[in-house]
Order: sequence, then C-alpha cells, then structure tokens
Amino acid sequence: MTVPIQCRHDETFVLNLGPQHPATHGVLRVKLTMDGEYIVKAEPVLGYIHRMHEKMAEDGTFAQFMPNTARMDYLHALAYNQGYCMAVERAAGIEVPERAEYIRVITVELNRIISHILWWAAFLLDLGGFTPLLYAFDDREQVLDLLERVTGSRLTYCYFRFGGVYNDIDDEFITGTYAFIKRLRSRLPTFYHDLVTGNIILQKRLKGIGIITEEQARRYGCTGPVARGSGINYDVRKNEPYSIYPELDFDVPVYDECDSFARYMVRMDEIDQSLRIIEQSLDKLPDGPIRAKVPKILKPAAGDCYASVETARGNLGHRLVCTGLKNPYRLKLRSPTYCNLSCYGEVAEGMLLPDALAFMGSLDLVIPEIDR
Amino acid sequence: MDTSIWKPILYLIGFMAFAGLNAAYLGWCERKGAGRIQRRTGPMEVGFQGLLQPLADGLKLMSKQLIVPKGVDGILFRVAPILAMIPAMTSFAVLPLSGNIQARAMELSVLLLFALASIAMMAVLLGGWASGNKYSLIAAARSVSQNLAYEIPMLITVITIVMVSDSMSLRDIAVAQEGGFWHWNLFRLDLSIFMPISFIIFFICSIAETNRAPFDMAEAESELIAGHMTEYGSMGFGLFMMGEYLNMVVGACLITILFLGGWSSPFGLLPSLGLLWFLLKIYVILFTVIWIRWTFPRTQVYKLLNLSWKILIPFSLVNLLVTAAFLKIF
Amino acid sequence: MSIIEETRAALLTLFPEQTKAEEEAEALAVQAAAQAEADAAAEPELVAESAPEEEIAEVAADEKAEDTTEKPKKKPVAKKKEKVEEPPREPGLLDTDHATRGTVIDVYCDASQVVEAAKIMDEAGFFLESVTAVDWLKEEKMEVVYDYNHFAIEQSRVVVRAFVSREEPAIDTVSGVFPSADWHERETWDFFGIDFKGHPNQIRILLPEDADFHPLLKDFSC
Repeated sequence: MTVPIQCRHDETFVLNLGPQHPATHGVLRVKLTMDGEYIVKAEPVLGYIHRMHEKMAEDGTFAQFMPNTARMDYLHALAYNQGYCMAVERAAGIEVPERAEYIRVITVELNRIISHILWWAAFLLDLGGFTPLLYAFDDREQVLDLLERVTGSRLTYCYFRFGGVYNDIDDEFITGTYAFIKRLRSRLPTFYHDLVTGNIILQKRLKGIGIITEEQARRYGCTGPVARGSGINYDVRKNEPYSIYPELDFDVPVYDECDSFARYMVRMDEIDQSLRIIEQSLDKLPDGPIRAKVPKILKPAAGDCYASVETARGNLGHRLVCTGLKNPYRLKLRSPTYCNLSCYGEVAEGMLLPDALAFMGSLDLVIPEIDR
Repeated sequence: MDTSIWKPILYLIGFMAFAGLNAAYLGWCERKGAGRIQRRTGPMEVGFQGLLQPLADGLKLMSKQLIVPKGVDGILFRVAPILAMIPAMTSFAVLPLSGNIQARAMELSVLLLFALASIAMMAVLLGGWASGNKYSLIAAARSVSQNLAYEIPMLITVITIVMVSDSMSLRDIAVAQEGGFWHWNLFRLDLSIFMPISFIIFFICSIAETNRAPFDMAEAESELIAGHMTEYGSMGFGLFMMGEYLNMVVGACLITILFLGGWSSPFGLLPSLGLLWFLLKIYVILFTVIWIRWTFPRTQVYKLLNLSWKILIPFSLVNLLVTAAFLKIF
Repeated sequence: MSIIEETRAALLTLFPEQTKAEEEAEALAVQAAAQAEADAAAEPELVAESAPEEEIAEVAADEKAEDTTEKPKKKPVAKKKEKVEEPPREPGLLDTDHATRGTVIDVYCDASQVVEAAKIMDEAGFFLESVTAVDWLKEEKMEVVYDYNHFAIEQSRVVVRAFVSREEPAIDTVSGVFPSADWHERETWDFFGIDFKGHPNQIRILLPEDADFHPLLKDFSC
C-alpha cells in the first residue's frame, strides 16, 4: 500500500537514525532525508565501531588473529572461526581430521541456530513485539550452555585451531544436543510459528515490504538469507562445498517473494535445516584425532588464496595474502552484511519510516561485522 | 443532592486516591502480567511480590531533576505532562462506579468524557511539539491523526448505545442494563443484531485512543525511540505514564458501563455489591488490554489509519443505520 | 559450454597475445588428439570402453590447461617452489585450482582494463564479491583485487587483479557496472588511498570523516 508520492524537496528534513537508536542494534547510523514519514533518501553512515581488524591481522602471527575473528560477528562467531581457519589451512596446505570437521560442523550449525533465533527475537522487538525475545533467549540459553561446555566461552568463541578444534566433545554434549534438537523441534511450531509467523499483524507488516529484486541482489552482491529471500538459490555450503557438507543431506530454503517476509521465512526454515544437519553429523560422528599436527608457528608459502563460508548472514570471504613469513601479509574480510546493507539506500527510497525499519531488521545486521 | 460540604471533599479524596492507586499499580500489574506471559516472575525485590515497586519507582522519578533541554518551548514543555494527567483525573468526576458512588451525576456525562479524552490528545501533541525533537514531532503528528481517525467510529458507536438507551447519562445507560448478563448491551441482539460488533469496534477504538500496543504509534520505541516522551525525564515522564494508565482505566470503565452492564451482577446474584462487580469487570478488561500488548507486534501507522477509515468507520455507520432501523421498526 | 568456459573465453579477449598462444596450443592439442585417436585406433586396448570422443575432449582440455599455464608464464608453479627468484607475473589469464586457491580463474590485467573486465563479468551474470588492495611496499606498487562469484554454478570464483603505482595510486571505478563496488571502493580508498576515478561519492566510509591517513599502507604506523 506504499503509494509513491511526489515530494517537494524544499520541504524535506534530515532525520538521524542512530548511532544510538533502539532499532539499529548497535551503532549504525542512517541519515534519512524525509518528507513527512516518507523517506526521500537513505544513506547509511558506517564506522562507529570500526576497529581495523585487518591491520591487527597483519601485525600478529596467524594464530594470534584467531581470537579477533569472534569479535566481528559475535552472533555467529564460530563461522568466522571456521572461515579464517579454512583460509589459513588452504594457504598452508593443512588437512583437517574427519572428526574435527564433524565437530566444526556441529558447533557451527548450533551457532547458526542461535544466531537465527536471536535475529528473530530482535526483529520482533523492532516490530514492537517484546514477548518473543524472552522465548528465544530461553532456547538460546540451552545452546549457550552446550557450547560453553566444549568451547569454554558463551559468546566470542575461539574454539577452532588450524588443523582441527581445541577440545573434543563428550557424551554429555552429544546427549544434550540431541535433547536440544528434540526440544526446539517441539517448540518451533508453537512458540515460533503459531505465535508469531501466523500473526496477521506481522504478515501485514512484512509482506510486500522491502522488495529486493533478484537483479538488485546480484548487483549489490547480497548473499545469505537476503539473496535466498529474493529467489536466488545460493548457499556457499552447496555452491562451494567445504568441510563435510557434501556428505550431508539438507535443503536450501529459497523464497521468490523478494520481500521481508520471504527473508523471515528463509531464516525460520534454515533453523529446521540446521537441526537436520546437526542430527546427521551426530549420527555419523567418527572417532579419531581432533587436530592435525601443525607447527606452532605457521609459515605458509607465498601466494594468495580465498576461502569462503556460509555464515548466518551470508557469504563470508577471507582473502589471505602470504609472503612466506609468520604473519599474514594481508587479510581481507568480506563480510556479508556489509554488502547486504549496501542496497539499503536504493530499496528504502520512498518507504515509510516504520517499513524502512522493518526492512532494516529483515537484513539481519550485525554492526561490528559491518564495521570490522 | 446533598448540600453538605463533606460529600464533595470525600468524593474528591476518594477518586483522587482511586485514580492515583490505579495509575501506580496498573504499572505493577502490567509488569507482573508481562512477566507471567514471558515465563518470568516480574518485579520481586521491593516488598512482597514486588508490591512496593510502584512506590520505589515514584520516589525515584520524583527525586530526579526535571531537565528542560535547550531549544524546547519551556511553557508548553512543562504544561504537556500535566495536561496528560488532568483530563483523565477529571473524567472520574462523572464516572459512576456503582449505583450510589458517583461524584456528579450529569445528564451529558458521555459527552463530557469524550471532550476530556480529546484534551488528553492535546497533551501528546504539545509534548511532541514543544520537545523540539524530530522524533517527538513525528509522534505528535501520528498521535493526532490516529486519535482523529479513531474518535469517529468510537463516537458513532456511542451514538448507537445512546439511541438504544435513550439517554446520555452514564448512570442511566448502566441502570438500563440491570438484571443479569442477558440485559447487557453487548448481548441485546433484540435492540440491534450488530451489538457484538459495536462492542469490538469500541474496544479496538479505546485501545487506539489510549495509545496502547499494538496501536502505540506515538510511543513506538523501535521507530521513534519514545515518541513524544523522548525528551522527558523525572516526573514529566511519570505524569505521561500515569496519564496513560488512567486513560486506560477510564476506557475500561466506559466499556463496562456502555456494554457490560456497569455495576450490575451477571446472574442477578449479590446485586448490592455493585462496586465489586464493577471493579471486577474493569480489571478483566484491563488485563485483556495488557495481554494484547504483550502478545502482538505493533501495527504500522498507515495501516492503522486504514483500518479506521476503511473498515471501522463504514462498519460503525452501517451499525448506526441498522440500529436506527431496528428502533423504528420494533 | 558452461558459464565458466564462456566467461573464460570472454575474459581471454582482453589478452590478444594469450588468445593467439592458446589458439596455437589448441591446434597443437587437436593434432595431438587426432594423433591419439589414430594411436587409439591402432591400439584398441588402450581406449576406455566409454565414449572415446569425450575422452579426447578431456585430453584436449587437459592439454589446453597445461599449455596455458606453461606457455604465457610458468609463475604459479614457480611461485610456490622457488620464492627467491620470482619473476613478476605478466598480464594474462590463469586457470587455478579451487581446492588450493579458492579461485577458478585468475586474471591479471592492466589497470585500464578492469572496467572492461567488470562488464564482461556483469554480462556473464556474476556478482562482485569484494574489492580490495594489497600494498607491495618493496615492489613499489599496489595491487587492486576484484573477486567475482556466480550464484548459479559451483566453484566459480574469478579474481581480477591489476597493479597501480604506489606514488599516485589511481584506477577506474567499476561502481558504474556494479553498484556494490561503491562501498567496496570507498573502503579501499579509505584504507589504501587508491583513487577510484569517476567514483560518485569517494568519501571516508569506515574511518572518521576527518581522518588524514590510510592505515593499511605498509609504511603507516600510528
């Protein structure tokens, strides 16, 4: 129902959305030129939590950068762990033992689930529904306890090592994970879909809002659920198979509606798929070493390589340039939300303020990852 | 009417206390209710089950400095919170809480109540305008358009009630419904087959009029931070909050009187305990309002306006015509 | 022809010399294939039972790939083994192994050709994954790296790189082709001071707007 209106540009005003605003989840700032409640121009202003991780990578050894990876996307920290490990392993030619790959996939997918759950909660908060947040945190807490058991931390994990993982998983983790799968499967239809997805207010607010066409998604380099919500069947786990994903049976949910509701549904379906992945990997979990023998100080041969993984937000790329020294010569982080957000200005034009905020929420922004 | 000086004073104190307690303890109820709905306990620390929490909150708000930021319209900025509270308080002067508890039995009490409700809207407008904040200004604009849109179906629905009750006095409307729940306007299908629809329209409108979620467009914390209250702190904010809760109480009282038989008991039992029945009914309504708030996401402002102009107003007009026709025929 | 092969052919038009070399190599390969066919006809036991044409095509493709890596430059192999005497890579197109490099095609073109390359990639339906730079302090130059990827096919990353001088780093913008390059190029300018000529809005993006330094330069220290 958003009717494009002819606005007079001498009657516009500038509204600074952020850097402190409840809906920007952190320190994003969007400079909105408004005509009443209609957005004439939206211009994201980044960099409020910029920490120059790429320079930090150049200053230390390969292993010293490992803890930094979790400080970018704090909601899906293990995927950043994995992406960086894969880039270094590719450069240094390290083989990862099979059990370690399974453990990586299990923990990464658990992390993906809680990332989606927290996004769901925060998104509902953007839309003014407070209660789902508490339900989501209830489920998230279960996974945090499980992950804390093996990784030792609850949010900024530094669990993966080059050539494996830091700690083996035990029986308690495995039974706990099975219990969690069962619990979430029973809760998803009621607490998540009955209460929220089927809600008419939610559907009215999301359907047809924030349409990113397939072509726009490609030209702006959108990946992850944003691309899949625009009808693009692209998932790094399928398109560039890595780890043990080719051995697992899972689907990539794709919706053609291109609107905020499609992105919402993609993420909700991905929770299901992640549960399937975890279940299969737990069933197949082989015995064996959890870490390959890797020298303490890595000195990969000169050259550059690229590794990308699928985080909860999309295609995360690491471009690693080595010169044969013990520190990376250059590490470029291609963060998914940075690209997903770049289409905001074009899509939000002509929207109403509340719609623009719903659209922003549906992009699943994690600001430290954008600003790096 | 009793000419004694004591009766008005007693009523004044009584209603002030009732209003104040409601304003304070509805906040507590809301937090407890939200806690239950969200599978947590709500306030527990201050007093038994957190019962002294409103007192602690009040003390905290009162002890804070009232900051008047630079660039605001000083007078209007200070007047707005008071204006939010006074009309709601004044409304209690004409609200009959039971057959014999009513400060002033006016013939046109329905009209007076709606006039006062419109003044409450001015508080949001003035607060938003005077704050000199763009978010507040948007909130003020939204609030006015929303209140205008929802007053119309609300008043039209009230006209149907006035038509069937043949009176504009709240007391007479309530008395007409005495003697069991089948006499309540809500169930008087013999007066108009659309009575339940009138009730739903009125209920939606009263939520929208009192700026409650899911229609809290003026506050909309994820869009407009806190809307018209963004620049307010200390008791300025406190008065806005109390005004909001009082408006809720007035709304609930109106629903009870217009549709749910006022103080009459549902099965004709214990008719002498009118006040008790009345309070029971308004708190059931208030709980429903709280329940709705913590279940639904917020609507979008233009869709909200569409709901009023395109659905509620036509329906209430049809309702009015049908009721009039019924009255003429039977 | 798959998208990758088509793109490869399209990108090859940027390098006429290599095209010529490859055509020659292909002619040689065809000859070799014909020879192989003749041999195979002579010795039937060597031929696999499946369709022989496919086999031949594969052989030809293999030889072609080998030829391309050998003929224009022998650097990728040399790069890893003997890093002491590493001759600078010459412009050209290189097939790389996805398992070890993460890319399928590695293009090193002149700085003036990046927009052309971007247009080719746009027509082929690729999306721009990232734009970044590497500061080669010793070699006194800067490398601008464009990563392209495709939604529809597996393992399709194409990297385009170009070198610019370190004194006055400037290169044409591709933001006219890919709007996503807008932010990536702003970031690269922000960190390296590379001037993207024709960029619509080249201002600081991640650093404060009043910053007067480019932190990822190797000679930068705070």
